[in-house]
Amino acid sequence: MNKRNLIRAAVLAALSPWVLLGSAHAEEVLKIGVNGVMSGEAASWGLVNKYCAETTADMYNAKGGVDIGGKKYKLEIVGLDDKNDPKVSVTNAEKLTSQGIKYIIGPNIDTTALAVKPVMERAKALHFPYAFAKELYKAPANASVLGMVASYQVGPIIYDYLKTKKGVKSIAFLARNESDAKNQQDEGVEAAKKLGLNVVAASDSYEPGTKDFMPVMTKVIRAKPDHIVLSGVAPADAPLLNRAARDLGFKGTISTETGQDSKILAQVAGDKAKGFMSVGGASTPEIQSDYMKEFITAYKKRVGEWNDEAGTKVYALELILAVLKKNPAAINDVEVFKKEMATFSMTNPFVKGGTTKLEFTGNADFGRRSQVGVPLVVNEFDGKEFKALFVGTIKN
Amino acid sequence: MLQVLINGIVLGSVYALIALGLTMVFSIMRVVNFAHGQMYMLGAFVVYYIYGQFEMPFWLALLASALVLGLVGVAFNRFFFQPVLANAKREENSMLMAVGTALLLENLALTVFGEKQRGVPQVLDGSFIFGDIAEGGAILTYPNAMVAVLAALFIVSLLLFVQYTRPGRALRAVAQDKEAARLQGVDVKATTTLGFAIGAALAGLAGGLLITVYGVNSGVGTNISTKAFIMIMIGGAGVTSGAIVGGILLGFAEAIGYDLLPGSLTYLLIFVAMIVFLIFKPNGLYGKPWG
Repeated sequence: MNKRNLIRAAVLAALSPWVLLGSAHAEEVLKIGVNGVMSGEAASWGLVNKYCAETTADMYNAKGGVDIGGKKYKLEIVGLDDKNDPKVSVTNAEKLTSQGIKYIIGPNIDTTALAVKPVMERAKALHFPYAFAKELYKAPANASVLGMVASYQVGPIIYDYLKTKKGVKSIAFLARNESDAKNQQDEGVEAAKKLGLNVVAASDSYEPGTKDFMPVMTKVIRAKPDHIVLSGVAPADAPLLNRAARDLGFKGTISTETGQDSKILAQVAGDKAKGFMSVGGASTPEIQSDYMKEFITAYKKRVGEWNDEAGTKVYALELILAVLKKNPAAINDVEVFKKEMATFSMTNPFVKGGTTKLEFTGNADFGRRSQVGVPLVVNEFDGKEFKALFVGTIKN
Repeated sequence: MLQVLINGIVLGSVYALIALGLTMVFSIMRVVNFAHGQMYMLGAFVVYYIYGQFEMPFWLALLASALVLGLVGVAFNRFFFQPVLANAKREENSMLMAVGTALLLENLALTVFGEKQRGVPQVLDGSFIFGDIAEGGAILTYPNAMVAVLAALFIVSLLLFVQYTRPGRALRAVAQDKEAARLQGVDVKATTTLGFAIGAALAGLAGGLLITVYGVNSGVGTNISTKAFIMIMIGGAGVTSGAIVGGILLGFAEAIGYDLLPGSLTYLLIFVAMIVFLIFKPNGLYGKPWG
């Protein structure tokens, strides 16, 4: 090789990574934000959202990306921890929207979701909170879509079931001392009273971070309820609360309106959490489709282990992508997306049988379709895993 | 009322054990170790893996949690705190270092151990039953009784160690006056390292013990540190007896508060009481250097 060829080869070798990188950059990327609590005791709420979005992205990206309007987009998940702090959540939302991100999953509680709402409206972006405050989803608010089933939707159904099938007459409520959980407690108390149940404890709560629940549970049990509702309880607290109640000799039933994880319950409470009712998701074995099984495998590959909480959080990104596929103009214009929400319907890919629909719901509670219409699954823990008690749909 | 008393005793003994490690580090180094809760969390995870996952004896796992955290304490002191304390002109630097190490440990734990709550099989199962709770009776579970007894045992052992052994006396001497201790031939650097190691080991021991009843997750540290901080502020930072009394007082305040007040008022009143108390007694109950 003469000197000139040697120089050419060297220049080509030096340039080739840049050429390759350039072609990689030419690929379209669709960024989706996740803004939620990813540290501290409630970390699982936000992290599971992020892991679900990342798993969905992994599954699409493995097939070359998602096809929207004839173009393949690689999915990129940008996750930010808001520490359940409204100030941090607002900063995160500003960061995400300044990157041009139009669709954000989260945050996880009312205070952060309400703080972020004006940022979303200003940036003409749409977020999918896992918070239940109705003012997020009712007009004039127009930038939030509830990502899961709300406590006030599932609570009355559980209480009615307990009253008619289990003969429950008296009920006690115990909440985590946070605004979301206290709101859920108040709404639960109202719903129970409407059903004619005798509410024997309506306002008891415990401080976030509590580990020994014997003191607070002692007071609740002294009220002699047939049933205890744990309002807004975090997955870390639920097994300890169940265990404390059983250790104190409580023989009635216990439920919550939030998603829980069977492995945590089995490890920390075991048989003492037997009969505990909670909101389930697509991972409930009785209803999961082959696609859901694939999702669980991909989730395990990414995270290391499955978390049943994820069963309630698989829907948001899948539904966002389905709407974008149907109307590609929504990719940069959330107004188009909002118009689609009113009529959009698809077969629920996570539920077996192919007859369950996945659409936007919420007319009954919010006066319009501003909620992801996930199936309403109520599970019962059998000491090792969850069994579906009943599956329903949210009134629309 | 008997149940409230039992709850108070169990909580108080557990809190005292948690606070003891924090006050030990403060007395020796004048550093509020904000990573104390995270060290508690690491100790719990040591027991989770050795006893819960590898199914080795609980007592071995508990010993390992103290040893591992003791080593973590030595490393933290040697590589983080001693260099900062040697060069820092302001006390805030060591506080920032402590906050930094807390964040480091918590984020590492989230990455390594994941976000889930973890638990281990109960070491003991059963209860002492003194009548029906709903009718004013009381229950003390064997695991809670074991935790209270072991916490008391560890506390007494530590008190005997610092009172009657040569390294213990050196620890007290350094806590009282570093310069005087140095002039008396005490190796201050080695003694502060020992103090930090014991403080960390106590945190690990508390975590390893309490995972059997409370479980653990990667984010548990901040709340533990906050409560430990409240306890040593009540008792007097850096005073062993203060940490014990502070822990017992907080335990009883929580047990009685949850029994008599709406839950949301309990901690509100604890904080208000603490503020009022500190106005009149800013150094806490026993607010003077150790010894």
